[in-house]
Amino acid sequence: MTGGIHDGRPGRVSNERSSVATLSRAVLTRRLVERLQREEAVIAGIGNSNFDLIAAGHRAQNFYMLGSMGLACPIALGVALAQPQRGVIALEGDGSILMMLGCLATIANMRPANLTIIIWDNGIYQITGKQATATSGPTDIVALARGAGFARSEWVADAAHFDALLERGFATGGPSLLAAKIDDQPGQGRPPRDPSLIRRRFMRGLGASSE
Amino acid sequence: MAWSDILLRTLKDNEVRLVAYVPDNVLTPLIDGIAADDYFLPVGATREDEAVATATGAYMAGLRSAVMMQTSGFALIGNALASLVVPYQIPAILVISERGTMGEFNLVQTLMARTMRPTLDALGIVHHTMTDESTLRFILDSSIKQAFTTQAPVAFILSPLLTGGNPAAQAQLI
Repeated sequence: MTGGIHDGRPGRVSNERSSVATLSRAVLTRRLVERLQREEAVIAGIGNSNFDLIAAGHRAQNFYMLGSMGLACPIALGVALAQPQRGVIALEGDGSILMMLGCLATIANMRPANLTIIIWDNGIYQITGKQATATSGPTDIVALARGAGFARSEWVADAAHFDALLERGFATGGPSLLAAKIDDQPGQGRPPRDPSLIRRRFMRGLGASSE
Repeated sequence: MAWSDILLRTLKDNEVRLVAYVPDNVLTPLIDGIAADDYFLPVGATREDEAVATATGAYMAGLRSAVMMQTSGFALIGNALASLVVPYQIPAILVISERGTMGEFNLVQTLMARTMRPTLDALGIVHHTMTDESTLRFILDSSIKQAFTTQAPVAFILSPLLTGGNPAAQAQLI
């Protein structure tokens, strides 16, 4: 580890990717969902991010992408701007965010206080055959977000640190980016394959439609 | 009223508030008009597919939205249209300033322009080419209402016949 950035908590220095614990996306997703008490919106990227989200139990405020790789964070930005009182969380993989790095700059400029991005980083395009992503090399998502202008961008040191980060809540203080180094276990759930059903449920869950 | 004022007025009348865009010379009066009016919530995106996604999120959360881009930007949004907007039945309002035709100097732009309507047709997205100020308000207003009522996207292609095009893009014989 070369240097570190103080994360605002006494005596604690945030960890760079090489020194953080390797965690389970399924476990962390369940911990996240257990913390959601205020009907927060969760937008989950294509593949394993949304497989593990629905495995943690469907919620009316969940949006599952069936395609459009890379667009979870920009979709979440739109939700956050439309409903500034509601906490909004984007769940995205390392390969997906690498496809849409420009959105980090857009989000940092728009400064939605109610948006949290969680990156599941296992350094591979897991679902296509575990080919390496750039984060398996020198590329650091947390540093990229800081460079884009995120005041809060940090690595999850371990499971306890993840819980502590979630304690901050989701409605204010953002935009934040948390990146967790995860293993290569596949997600267990499967969202419905009906896009209009997913949209209608989500809109009802956000109070945007009574249909 | 100038074409740009008619367009902004019609968005407002239909409660379209969030406008995500990637800039273009011809779109300048729209982008400036949105920035100058507190009614609108402008989102300057880095790519057009990002803009489409942000507009989609806003719509699903109850805020009507539109996306503005140039012809070449449209070429970047195929995935966002085919795997998000169309299957999820998002009434995306796409405003596209048309380059690559009627005196374009840049061969690259002419090829981009040619892919646009076939792509929209292949996806079954209704599109209107706006050429005339006298019919602008009617087409915009009725089609925006149709989009939100039928849960379907619509594309408005702003022809140089309407906007005058981009003077800097005009082909010159020397």
